[in-house]
Parts: sequence; structure tokens; C-alpha cells
Amino acid sequence: MARVTQLDVNGTLHHLDADADRTLLSVLRDDLQLTGTKYGCGEGQCAACTVLIDGQPTKSCLTRVSAAAGRKIVTIEGLAVNGKLHPVQEAFLEADAMQCGWCTPGMILGAVGLLRRTPHPSETEIVSGMNGHICRCGTYSRIVRAIQTAAAKGGRA
Amino acid sequence: MITRRAFFAAVGGGLAVWIVDTADAQESGGGARRGMNQAPPSDVSAWIHIDEAGAVTVYTGKVEVGQNARTSLTAAVAEELRAPVDSIRMVMGDTALTPFDQGTFGSQTTPRMWPQIRKAAATARDMLADLAAKKWNVDPSQVSIAAGKATVNGWSATFGELTHGQKLLRTIPSSEGLTPAAEWKIAGTSVEKVNGRDIVTGAHQYPYDIHRPGMLFGKVLYPPQFGARLISVDTSAAERIPGVIVVRDTFRLPREGAGADLVGVVAPDPDTAEKALAALQAKWQPVEGQPSSKDVFAYYRKNARAGGGRGGRGQVTPETPPSNPNLVPYTVAYIAHTPLEPRAAVAEFSPDGKLTVWTGTQRPFGVRSELAQDLGIPEEDVHVFMPDTGSGYGGKHNGDAAVEAARLAKAAGKPVKRNWTREEEMTWAYFRPGGLIEVFGKTDSQGKLLEWEFHNYNSGPSALNTPYDIGGPKIEQMHETRSPLRQGSYRGLAGTANHFVRESYMDELARALKLDPLEFRLKNISNDRLRNVLQAAADKFGWQSRRKTAGSGFGLAAGTEKGSYVAACAEVSVANGLVKVVRVVQAFECGAVVNPEHLRNQIDGAIAMGLGGALFERIEFADGKIATNRLSKYRVPRFADMPKIETVLLDRKDIPSAGAGETPIMAVAPAIGNAIFDATGQRIRSLPMVPGNKLPSGQAAAE
Repeated sequence: MARVTQLDVNGTLHHLDADADRTLLSVLRDDLQLTGTKYGCGEGQCAACTVLIDGQPTKSCLTRVSAAAGRKIVTIEGLAVNGKLHPVQEAFLEADAMQCGWCTPGMILGAVGLLRRTPHPSETEIVSGMNGHICRCGTYSRIVRAIQTAAAKGGRA
Repeated sequence: MITRRAFFAAVGGGLAVWIVDTADAQESGGGARRGMNQAPPSDVSAWIHIDEAGAVTVYTGKVEVGQNARTSLTAAVAEELRAPVDSIRMVMGDTALTPFDQGTFGSQTTPRMWPQIRKAAATARDMLADLAAKKWNVDPSQVSIAAGKATVNGWSATFGELTHGQKLLRTIPSSEGLTPAAEWKIAGTSVEKVNGRDIVTGAHQYPYDIHRPGMLFGKVLYPPQFGARLISVDTSAAERIPGVIVVRDTFRLPREGAGADLVGVVAPDPDTAEKALAALQAKWQPVEGQPSSKDVFAYYRKNARAGGGRGGRGQVTPETPPSNPNLVPYTVAYIAHTPLEPRAAVAEFSPDGKLTVWTGTQRPFGVRSELAQDLGIPEEDVHVFMPDTGSGYGGKHNGDAAVEAARLAKAAGKPVKRNWTREEEMTWAYFRPGGLIEVFGKTDSQGKLLEWEFHNYNSGPSALNTPYDIGGPKIEQMHETRSPLRQGSYRGLAGTANHFVRESYMDELARALKLDPLEFRLKNISNDRLRNVLQAAADKFGWQSRRKTAGSGFGLAAGTEKGSYVAACAEVSVANGLVKVVRVVQAFECGAVVNPEHLRNQIDGAIAMGLGGALFERIEFADGKIATNRLSKYRVPRFADMPKIETVLLDRKDIPSAGAGETPIMAVAPAIGNAIFDATGQRIRSLPMVPGNKLPSGQAAAE
């Protein structure tokens, strides 16, 4: 059975031994203990499991680990640089754009990807760009505000 | 009873205050309550400890599920102790460290725990002043405590310099006076979420994220249908998978719908556990004739128990079934809490048989009791710890995942993680009850209410009683019946169902009288707090100056529950049967506001969640199977569903703070329903109102 033995996560090459068919989500959480990436549904409906692969927001629950091998993966743990929060992380705190926070890592990485594609999104573009993400606590309007704030501050990674 | 000595042995020296909740003592009848593995004196509900280095730690059995209790309780201590927010550590929901607590539900943290913790902190402040007075030989009244220091006459000491070498303990009742809200400096302000940074960096470890050395992954076999009984199971294929342990046993506490048979698998990784579960070959005895989501409302009525009713404050005659032929029926579907973090637990036994479980629950002490019972071990040997959890909304009261993890860990002899999948969460957790509600009211020609009759089958008694003045006979009754699905608490319990029916029907009455819905309500309200929120929402919304255009409609609704008051105005637009909620203005009053920003956040969230239940959330089931058991089949609100939300906070510093996580959901559905009627002339008497994304008749906007 094909195995994946190396994974580039947050700028570090991790050595592991995982069945190539396993999900990236499971390998990140259970093998590398990078539990900031969350499970919410396992079918790509909630986007809590979003990570960046070569800069693109990607649902790790639908991604086989073999498809991520050899590419640059960024998880929520790797977004802040030397303890300095990414502008999107700061904006989420400022806007109080969370309650329980389970969706927050995926939201933040989704927003980072959105701002990379569309540095100054309109509200409509934020809503359509983020509509694949679920916040069951219902902090949507605050998340929109956080993304607007990050955009205004030039929130590109 | 815990001794002073045992307490300081556990937490170290310094200064401590134990707070006694007298009200809680009366309610719980003095049942077993333990912390620190020993019973504390009578009814200690929280304690605060300042160690010999000056570190402040507060211990409470309340838990954090996103409602920001951790922040509001921290602010309470900061306020009364006159110490910075970031100098205070809050230990929550840990049965080994915190005093007993019944659970975090019913909007009780703010009205009950919050003032107690403030009192404990105020007493600690007095004790620090006493220590400083002794140190400098002055009167305690001369000592000023501010910014985490004691000062007098140019001398200054940190808390640690005062507590060093001390072992001081005071036990105080919670009924003494506190700093008045008008004088608050930290409480009442928008203190930021205290662990927000850990959340945005992914550092916070939720129950789902807990990892223990040598940990294995567990799965449990569930029936294909509620109530189906296990006839036999062939485990040989699963046992042949390397590393897999199959567990066959019986739960001492049978699980509703799933029975007492324990068939589980444990494996070194989750994928292998999944494969092992799939390799189990079970035969089941089906249960025929279970009601479906389509015929469940008739089922409720058929199974209503004579004399099983619980009345409200009105006159009730439980033995008599309702005979009023004018009763108008409404229905409410079962819905799923859908916490984005499903149930999860990690269980680990120590070599001497003591059990530690990390799990997400609103009742850590209740789960400790479940674990002790199911495993047949003393409660003293069970430690439940609840890391801040990925939401609950009333849906995480029990310990299903905890018990499963513990049983598997015991059998495997290793720590076991048992994380539920989304499908398990949406099938085997409990649901917000469905209900059948019948209502009738009569007015005089001026629009004063003369009679009121209200019957609720199954959904629950919360907010059953009308807040309107009724001039004549009033009957309000809850009818106990049977539920084909496992059901339980939900945000606001039946408050949403009862408000939906009452406030929709009030709209029906207003329309029949050709009265403005606001004017009709105000005619029948003598309660000033209710009147004030209604007026405030209407003013902010521009109710009087609203202008209808083709396909648009406006509705309002109001109510009260758990000591707080809410009113909502909604604007909808309807085109080709598609409903879009355009704008919601909500006014809310819960006494003195503890944290304005977090309160607004709760209201935003309640409006979002209320909108889901109002428009499209519905559990569909038949034959004991849940059809809507995934997020691709069960629609929850998303960004695109959100209206423009505006909130009005009425800050009543003269009224003790009430909880605010629940009541803001209650007016949302009826305000939207009334707006749909305004737009279309269609009165929708069932929740959700727009299942399948279209109004039931699919008719276009009437204009």
C-alpha cells in the first residue's frame, strides 16, 4: 500500500508514515498533533478543516494526504510569524468574530485565501467567498467585519 | 467535608475565600457534592485563591462553550479585586478542582454564579487590606487596593508580598452586598475574550483535540434504527485486523434508542478503527411502525397522558382534554443543535483504577456521576475535566461519549479517544423537541384580550405563560406525551416554540381586528420592561414609518423568559416563494449589562440560530431512521442567509443581571413569520416555515 513519509507543514518537513489514502485532516490531527485544524462534518460542508495548500484554501477532510505531499501546507498554527499574529487573526480578535471558536481556524484561513485572491472584497464578495464556511454560533456579521478590517489594513499574507 | 488543611495542601498556601450559595443549597436538597475529592463545607459553590506569589485563581464548576462565561467571570473578579483581567486565571468545569455545580444551562451563570464570584473577590480584597494594615500597622480603611497592589502612605505591596507565608481562609455567604452596577469599572465594559488568542492561533485544545501518550481510538456500533435490538454480531473479521481489539459487554446505563449492548472496537489510529467497525457483522431485530416526521403531531396528541399536564400560572384542569373547537393548531419540528464540535471524550485509567475523562459537556459533575454508575466505581475515583468546548446550545448535557471512551479504555487497558462523527452527533445525540401547540384568544371590540387558551404537546413548558394581560379566563397547559426521538434541552428550551405560536397568533388577532400589531400588543401589556423593549425595537426599526413595496413585509414579536425581555422587528422580501430575511432589529433587556460587546455577539448568534429554526431547519425521520443526519442534508444558516442585524441594548443598572444566551432567540421566528404574512397573506403555522427553501404553496408574493 502506498505510503506518505514526508509532509511540508508550516515550513517544517515532517517525517511520518501514513497510508496515502488517509485524509490530510486525520494525518495533521492524529499523526502530527496539529489539532488547530478542525473536523466538523467530513464531507466538505462546513470548511472547519480548511488549510492552505500552496496558498489555496483547501478542505483537508476531502484531501488525501498523498495529494498534499510535496506541497506547502499552512495550518492555523503556522499563520502567526514569530509570535506576531497575522492581520486576519488580529482582525478576528478585534471584531470579537467568534464564540466557541471551533470554526475560527478554518474561517481565518479561508479569509486569508479570499484576501489573496481579492485584496479589497466587497461585502457581497466576502459573503459569496466565505459561504462554504459554517459558524453555528452565528457570528457571521462579525466575521464579515473582521475581513473588511483586515482588508483595509492590507491583510494579505 | 474538606478541611482547611486539605485545601491548602491541594492548592498551596496564601489566601482563600470559599463562597456559599444558599439558594443552591435549598434547591438541591443537600445532595452529594464534592470537590477536591472531598465534600466541601455545606454548599460551597466557588472559591478564589491567591497564592504566595500573588497569582489569582478562581475555581468554578461552570463551563465555557462559547457563551463567554470565562470572560464575564474573570471580569467579575477583576472588578471586585481591583486587579488586571490578565492577572486572573479561571479554572472551570474540573471535578477534581472545582466545587460541585449542577451544570451550565438555563441562563444561570450570570444571575447566580457571577454575583457569588464577585463577592468572593470583594472578600479577598478586604483580606488583602487587612494583611497590608497589619504589615504597616495602619487601619485597614486606609489601605487602597488598585491595579493589583495594596498602597497606603507611600508604601506599596504586591498581592504576593502580602500573601507570602499565609494560610488564610474565609467562608462567606453569597448574599452580602456588592459594588453597585453604576460604579462598575471593569464589569459592564467590553472586556475582550480572555483566551481569544489561543483560539485564533489554534493553540486551544478542545475535547476533540486531547491527546494522551499511548492513546488508542475507539468506535462503537449503533443500531441501524432506533430501538432495534442486537440479535448477534460476528466480530471475527474485525478481530483479524492487526492492532484491533473488539469489546463486547453491556452498558449498565442503557442508552435511549440504542440499548444496553456494548459492541466497540479500539485501534491504534482512527482509520483502522473505522475499518474495524465496518467489519463487524451484526444482525438486528427491527422495530416496526415507528412514527415519521410527517405523522408525529397526531402521534403526540394520541399519546397525551390524561392528567400528565403541567400548567402555567393560569387555571388548569389537567384531567380534561381541551374541548374548545376554536383552538388553532401550530406545529414545531424537531431540530438538531449541530454543535460544530461533535461529542468527544478521552478516557484514561491510572494503575490504581482511577479514571480521568476529558470531555465536552455542560454538566461535568453529572457526567462524573454517569461514569461512576456505568463503570460501577465510586465517584471519588472519577475525574471529569471539561476543556472549553466547541459549543453546546443545550445539546451537551450528557456523557455518552465519555461513558463509551471509559468503557473502551477499561477493556483495552490504554487511554482511548472516542470522538463522535457528524452523523453520530446528528443521529444519537438528542434533539430539540418537536411539538403540537393549540391556541385560542378572544378580544373585545377595542382589542383588549378577554380570554386565552394555550396547549402545548411535547415541546415543553418554558415561556408557556402569556405576558399579556388577560381580562377573563386563562388556560395554559403543557401536555406530556411520547416522543419517538430522543429529545432534550435546547437554547431557550420551548421558549422558541411557545413564543412562535403566541406571537404569531397575536398577529392573527391584530389582523382580524385591523389593528396595528404594535398597537394591539401595547394595549394588552402592563409590564413596563416588556413595553420598553417593544417600543425600543419599533423605534430603531422605524416601525411607524415602514413602507411596504411589492414582495416585502414587516413583522414584530416580543416576549420574556428567565428574567430578560426581548422584542424583534423583521423585514422580509418574498419572490416566487423564496423568502429572504432582509433586516432584523432586536431590542434586549437583561438588567445591568455585564459585557456589551459579548452581549451583542450573543444576540447576533441567537438571531442567526433562530433564523435557521424559523425558516428551514428540520429533522426528517421515518421508521426510526434520521434522514437528515449530515450537513449536506440538514441546512443550517450560512453567511448568505444573514439579514442586516441591529441590536438595541437597554442597560438597566438598577436591575440585577440576568442571563442572556437564550432569550434573544425567542422572538426571531414569530417576527419573521409575521413579516411573511405581511408580504404574502400566507399564515404559516409550522416551524420551519420554508422547508425546501420555498413557501409551502410556492405562491408568489401577494400584492
